[in-house]
Amino acid sequence: MYAFEYHRPTSVKEAANLAGQAEDIKFLAGGHTLLPTMKLRLAGPANLIDLGQIAELRGIERSGDTITIGAMMKHAEVANSAEVKEAIPALAEMAELIGDPHVRNRGTIGGSIANNDPSADYPAACLALNATIITNQRKIATDDFFQGIFTTALEEGEIITQVSFKVPSQAAYTKFRNPASRYALVGVFVAQHADGARVAVTGAGSNGVFRVPEMEQALSGNFAPEALDGIAVAEDEMNNDIHADAAYRAHLVGVMARRAVQAAVARG
Amino acid sequence: MTATGIGAPVRRKEDQRFVTGQGRYVDDFNRPGQAHAYFLRSPHAHAAIRSIDTGPATIMPGVIAVFTGDDLAAGKIGGLICGWMIHSKDGSPMKAGPHPALAQGKVRYVGDHVAVVIAETLAQAKDAAEAIVVDYDVLPAVVDTAQATKASVQVHDVSPDNTVFNWHLGNKDETEAAFARAKHVTKIDLVNNRLVPNPIEPRAAVGEYDFGTDNYTLYTTSQNPHVARLVLSAFIGVAPEHKLRVIAPDVGGGFGSKIFIYAEETVCVWAAKKVKRPVKWTSDRSEAFLSDAHGRDHVTHAEMATDENGKIIALRVHTTANLGAYLSTFSSSVPTYLYAPLLSGQYDIPAIYCEVDGVYTNTAPVDAYRGAGRPEATFVVERLVEKTARELGQNPAEFRRRNYITQFPHATPVIMTYDTGDYAASLDKALEIADYNNFEQRKQESARRGKLRGIGFSSYIEACGIAPSQAVGSLGAGVGLWESAEVRVNPTGSVEVLTGSHSHGQGHETTFAQLVSDRLGISIDQVSIVHGDTDKVQFGMGTYGSRSGAVGMSAIAKAIDKVIAKGKKVAAHVLEASEGDIEFKDGRFGVAGTDRSMAFGEIALQAYIAHKFSGQDLEPGLKEGAFYDPTNFTFPAGVHICEVEIDPDTGVTKIERWTAVDDFGVIINPMIVEGQVHGGIAQGVGQALLEGAFYDESGQLITASFNDYCMPRAIDLPSFQVGMTVTPCPSNPLGIKGCGEAGAIAAPPAVINAITDALGHEDIAMPATPQAVWRAAQKVRMPMAAE
Repeated sequence: MYAFEYHRPTSVKEAANLAGQAEDIKFLAGGHTLLPTMKLRLAGPANLIDLGQIAELRGIERSGDTITIGAMMKHAEVANSAEVKEAIPALAEMAELIGDPHVRNRGTIGGSIANNDPSADYPAACLALNATIITNQRKIATDDFFQGIFTTALEEGEIITQVSFKVPSQAAYTKFRNPASRYALVGVFVAQHADGARVAVTGAGSNGVFRVPEMEQALSGNFAPEALDGIAVAEDEMNNDIHADAAYRAHLVGVMARRAVQAAVARG
Repeated sequence: MTATGIGAPVRRKEDQRFVTGQGRYVDDFNRPGQAHAYFLRSPHAHAAIRSIDTGPATIMPGVIAVFTGDDLAAGKIGGLICGWMIHSKDGSPMKAGPHPALAQGKVRYVGDHVAVVIAETLAQAKDAAEAIVVDYDVLPAVVDTAQATKASVQVHDVSPDNTVFNWHLGNKDETEAAFARAKHVTKIDLVNNRLVPNPIEPRAAVGEYDFGTDNYTLYTTSQNPHVARLVLSAFIGVAPEHKLRVIAPDVGGGFGSKIFIYAEETVCVWAAKKVKRPVKWTSDRSEAFLSDAHGRDHVTHAEMATDENGKIIALRVHTTANLGAYLSTFSSSVPTYLYAPLLSGQYDIPAIYCEVDGVYTNTAPVDAYRGAGRPEATFVVERLVEKTARELGQNPAEFRRRNYITQFPHATPVIMTYDTGDYAASLDKALEIADYNNFEQRKQESARRGKLRGIGFSSYIEACGIAPSQAVGSLGAGVGLWESAEVRVNPTGSVEVLTGSHSHGQGHETTFAQLVSDRLGISIDQVSIVHGDTDKVQFGMGTYGSRSGAVGMSAIAKAIDKVIAKGKKVAAHVLEASEGDIEFKDGRFGVAGTDRSMAFGEIALQAYIAHKFSGQDLEPGLKEGAFYDPTNFTFPAGVHICEVEIDPDTGVTKIERWTAVDDFGVIINPMIVEGQVHGGIAQGVGQALLEGAFYDESGQLITASFNDYCMPRAIDLPSFQVGMTVTPCPSNPLGIKGCGEAGAIAAPPAVINAITDALGHEDIAMPATPQAVWRAAQKVRMPMAAE
């Protein structure tokens, strides 16, 4: 790890000011991607701004048909939240599937979304649950937020403060884990909303998380596994690595989508 | 059986220390004035080094020194060695290229050692290493095992076609003749996948030099500290043997990878004198992936011939074994004498011929890894036997039974003489535990749920406690393979056992104490096991190849016998009887036919105070040593049965049942043995389903972290059903055969045989990942779910 200056602001405003003044900054949330990268000397920010002491980045709130989660809420907190379990059980279950207990008790929703790892789970939940990403500067619709692997709409120094999810009528997330890393080799989040179904896929796409319009259309008409029969995603847009080639990933998207719908329907 | 004697499931004495964090590993040793070493490693698989400019690094903060291969050469430090000479078919010696501890002129794999920085802190050493300017002339690399000899790339000048040796074993003419008259020939092509050992504790070394006494000390993660000292002194020339103390304290697993003598400990000892400071190096996990000696990596074509009665009449095997970029310490023995002699398996095969081509590639050196050659042999035999049975339309269990060796001793055509065994007994017991009779029902039940169920056998044999020294010497070993022990009885009757074996997870502090408790009739709390320090323990050979029970404990037993004999002499004087009338029983020396007796501890005291006998008649004291050289290998064997269920939609293989019936001879501690079986199976399942080290064409290790290299987890394994059969080993006084590697040897073919049974065809390679199984499942028409 290279030497760096460590900052620990107690408000979003202070964090933003620090980010504006300092050179070569990184925000530290749970640190589960950033810190290992720094330890391996693959990243060496001059200034690290720890968001862990900012109270306004915490909390979970239900309001009508949305549930809003503070950016620094840990995966375990989301997984165990009574509000989340009641409103969107699929989201709590997804959080419970992230990493291992260590990861879930350090990693945060805001960190995961800002990082936009192509195998992370939260981006799929955001897309399927038509989330709004709230920052210290603006509100960003989820469809505009994720812009390719490790790339988001966030501007330099912009801080995610909250994520607001639409409560669906039915939803589920199924994940096929990479056997080694336990990240999603393919993860599919399906959700039925009043204005139609959403299907979001993580882990599989060569350009990161994506929606599957053909599946959404089919499920909007008939939210049942068999509605997806015959619908396949294009292999040439799939990731290809030693764990899974494009054809296998494309196949798994179909399998996981059907199983997700099955789980959502079974939950009722 | 007493509560702490042989056969008792005594809880491990060492675990209190380990589970409360009181274990002391090499990295826990911090010496006064200690500096830190960091190795600059090659980012290229193959490159000529035009120049190395260490200048910018030497002026970095905290830097004490920067050394390269030139400095080692100037210090007359020799290269690392390979201690087993293999001769090719034509009688020529193997082609051993130079293996400098720090590169000289060329790097040959990613992770090869280019330079070392010694600095006040590790971070400073790493910073300085980035400032070293190396001018590489990058060369094309050869990484593929099967293509190594055809490549235009040359790894070592001594070997123009990258061949290390073309070795063979067996009776070629008889084999060819048997194939000519065979009714049926079964052929198979196999890859035994390359593995990274991954002990939980990475390698580490602290070198220290005392200018007052001219003594060197090396704390190192070694399975065999005396061998390390011998190699470092006699061959590498770092320090004279009597001036070098090697300490291998608590060591967190080895699986073979800590047998070898590596560049890092060599450099730490040498540099400690150069910089006049203790020098510490601790591998991080990334370095471990790149530079620990890997395991396996064979490409094999094999054929099995059967006659009209379904009897195996011959086996022929051609294997290409990837030895990596350099010959590691025992690398040459693994795909030769630890491999081909096991190709008879448990079967009476009159003709066997095996050729092995050892090859260089631009990859990490390959050496012994849990099982070392025997898993590779078992994979060949058990995959071929299974496939043969299927091709002949025979039940795989009964086909095996028909071909089992039943008469002992049995000499195979590949130099082994099996001493004892009862293979059918293990098979019967395994079939029963596995509920084999109801397998078809379970298979149908799976099919109703759209799943594919399969069952696979592995009727393995291994050779442990490699010996005797005379025999292994004639096969090219540079060392003897006996073991030593010293039993020191204290005046209070407590006992210290100094053993040449080394415990790095095996539980010797418990099992060795059980032997002493059993033989001397004292509590195991009265026994200490001392190991891992060349200043304390007499020369010994260390722990590998499941040898510590069969060989190491036999040495202890021999020393105990001498202690008892000496105790009888003391007792004769004290009890005023003739020596011939003294009996030792239940921890007491007594006079036969009388009620006169004294406890072991009382006689120990008498031996030391020496009041009751003249020093001219009898030497005072009670301490005896022994060197034990066995008469033969031991031959643990057994039957493992694996039952899997495959989800054809995803390719996920779930192991539903695992039955292991092993014959390890006499068992000292069944709880520890069962633990060894569990761990071995887990590693074997890892190889079969999950683990695989892959290099890309340029020689970069793609699976260089746990993100990509998949280790088995608890969730990947079922609850094992473990059974035992016992035929005591006649080749050592305790009847022990060894158990440390059995699971890793037995498991891979059991898993693959189960998967191929479920799929209905043979075309699946290890690791059988979900992707691979899904693809293989696409080749067969799925049985429709019955619902």
